Amino acid sequence: MAEKKKDWAELAKGPKFIELHSKKKSFLLTLWCLGSVMFFLLPICAGYAPEFMRTKVLGRLNVCYFFCLFEFAMIWGIAFYYTHKSNTYFDPLIKEVLIEFTEGAQTKATGNVALSKLTPREVQS
Amino acid sequence: MRWTPALLLLSLTVGPLISAAPAAEGPQPAASPVASAATATQSAGAVATPSAAAASSASKVAIPSAIAVAAPGTPAAKSPAAPAGMKTNRTITLSMFVAILCVTGMIVVRAARSTKTTADYYTAGGGISGLQNGWAIAGDYLSAATFLGIAGITSVFGADGFMYAVGPFFSFVTILLVIAEPCRNAGKYTLGDILSLRSSSKVVRGTAALSAVVVSIFYLLGQMVGAGKLMQLLLGIPYNVSVIGVGVLMIVYVTFGGMKATTWVQIIKAFLLMLSGITITVLLLWKFNFNLVAFYDAVASSAPVQDHVRGLLKHVTPQGGYDYGQRFLEPGLILKDPLDQISLGIAFALGAAGLPHIMMRFFTVPNAQAARKSVLISMILIGAFMIMVTVIGFGAALFISPQQITAVDKGGNMAAPMIAQFVGGGAGTLGGDLFMAFVCAVAFSTIIAVVSGLILAVSAAVAHDFYVNVLKDGKPDQREQIKVARIAAFAVGIIAIMLGIACEKQNIAHLVVLAFAVVASSNFPVLLLALFWKRFNAGGIVTGLSLGAVFAIGVVLVSPTMTYPKKIAADARKVIDVLEKKQASGTALAEKELKSLDKARVDYSSNKDGTSLVGLDAPLFPLKNPAILSVPVGFLAAIFGTLLFGSRREEDLFDELYIRQNTGYGIADARDH
Repeated sequence: MAEKKKDWAELAKGPKFIELHSKKKSFLLTLWCLGSVMFFLLPICAGYAPEFMRTKVLGRLNVCYFFCLFEFAMIWGIAFYYTHKSNTYFDPLIKEVLIEFTEGAQTKATGNVALSKLTPREVQS
Repeated sequence: MRWTPALLLLSLTVGPLISAAPAAEGPQPAASPVASAATATQSAGAVATPSAAAASSASKVAIPSAIAVAAPGTPAAKSPAAPAGMKTNRTITLSMFVAILCVTGMIVVRAARSTKTTADYYTAGGGISGLQNGWAIAGDYLSAATFLGIAGITSVFGADGFMYAVGPFFSFVTILLVIAEPCRNAGKYTLGDILSLRSSSKVVRGTAALSAVVVSIFYLLGQMVGAGKLMQLLLGIPYNVSVIGVGVLMIVYVTFGGMKATTWVQIIKAFLLMLSGITITVLLLWKFNFNLVAFYDAVASSAPVQDHVRGLLKHVTPQGGYDYGQRFLEPGLILKDPLDQISLGIAFALGAAGLPHIMMRFFTVPNAQAARKSVLISMILIGAFMIMVTVIGFGAALFISPQQITAVDKGGNMAAPMIAQFVGGGAGTLGGDLFMAFVCAVAFSTIIAVVSGLILAVSAAVAHDFYVNVLKDGKPDQREQIKVARIAAFAVGIIAIMLGIACEKQNIAHLVVLAFAVVASSNFPVLLLALFWKRFNAGGIVTGLSLGAVFAIGVVLVSPTMTYPKKIAADARKVIDVLEKKQASGTALAEKELKSLDKARVDYSSNKDGTSLVGLDAPLFPLKNPAILSVPVGFLAAIFGTLLFGSRREEDLFDELYIRQNTGYGIADARDH
């Protein structure tokens, strides 16, 4: 167990992993903050700018209605963007990190269960 | 043989009720042993005599909702004593229910055969695909509260229903970005598994299990009471029988079927829910050639809607130039306090992400990619459904009228079934009755799916975290573990039934709100810090989980959500003063006014010396939702706990968890340990 712990600490110092770590962190944080700001704007507007929300846009449909619809569209947008970015950018990066881990592990002759058990489909998809 | 205890319990609990009420329905044909147990419950539930059903619907009407009374000149207000219940065709409704029971019962029997290991039981062996899990998450998350509740709020309070629907949907952004993939990569069955990667302390696991149980019980209680009331409305079954019926059914499903059965029940339910949502929406909008502008114009121009809004605004006489119909499309009829709305938003944004039964769904897929895909699919489904539900709500306001809807159920919960009957051809027609029965049956399957997921999550916390890992050091073999899990599910179900019966008269709306707020202030901060903060440790986990939860519950106990008898007494006093003044001036009171005077006098005398549950005359905290205050407190508690009880050794464990959650490296170890 003690040997294994040391292993993890060393793996965490790998340059690829540090790259993945920082890029993923800033990506997730930006996306989540953006979404939250847009989300809380709805109750804030409803509470503090009722006249704005009442403005008619199309027939009897007002800003409030389109704002709600926009929230749905925005949340879907975040979901699709995140999925797209993860599939095309982060998954290959994770694959590289895993390869780095395996190479490191091989030189140290420690067993690696993870990569050998991942089928190519799982790594790529 | 294994279901003998359940049958025994069934006969014990249902027996007296059957003998109490003469049977009106013959025994239903049974398709399978489990389904027959389930059917027995249902037909036992269905034996309510017509007089009992009439009494229950009369008592519904006898509670004059503020809205119905405040809106003069409406059918509901004119004749409060008339039986304004829904006209359902019992034969059709019952056959629909039995059909749902048979199908789900068959799934349970099949799943029970292939459930052999604990991994099978808790997570279906990780063998659920991303697509299947996406539908199952939608099935798990879209509770009866979402379907019937949001349609109801929209039909009674207009645009606020649409605003309200955004919150639960936004919660999926947090789930997708923060929870889904890290949980899949690092976890096994429960939150305790993830936290135990940061600290091997048994106290941590025990606290995590306790927190999962507390939160799920709140949520479960909300569902059970809702289920009881819903069955009472849909089939005229007495409340207690409904709660016992639903509870026993769930125990049977979860105990034998485990996660596999739960997943398939959720998938089927999500499919039926989408089908009914799409059908009602299309049939509604067809009447307007799919022209949304014309549809909303019709809603706002409807005279009953305008009358109803005038009642909500308490304008006794119409104010010249005020567009009451347009007001229905504007926010603020029920969601009045902006801070309260923001607080509710925080609870939704962070709360759903830590709900144990939602989190558990991510352990059923083979890898992070499938977890991601499943959230995306569930988001497409849930978002589309939320939008449809609000259209259905507005349609119900237009074609059924808010007065008729609130006359049947104060909260508007029957708006969706009523509009289904309308678009199917109207009351009394075959199409109308069939479609209404179908929607009622879907609502019923919704309860089954959500309650099963909850019971499974609680049994995992009790059996896997507490019994196996805290009491027995993870030593028990598969056979014993799965046995304990089943016993735990059985016990949780029994507790849910007892609490459900005990809480019949309680206002359960605050229980679900409380569940979200407690999760947002305890589970969520701890999970987030465990995943992303290197220094986080056992001290932080325990203080964060316990203080966050206790504080959130404490704030709710002193918030306006609780009942304050002195306020009820003051309101009753006002009614008495107004009516007595009228009486003193020589005007004879109408029969309705005399009745409300009597009621107000009773309310006043029974409440004038009362205090709230914690002995308060008035709320200490001004908002209904505690999240805006309790979430920061939860985070601070977790951070201070960490700094106070620092541990270098546990910091070192962070690298392992961090690598795992980001890459899935070593996932096979996690599964085997």
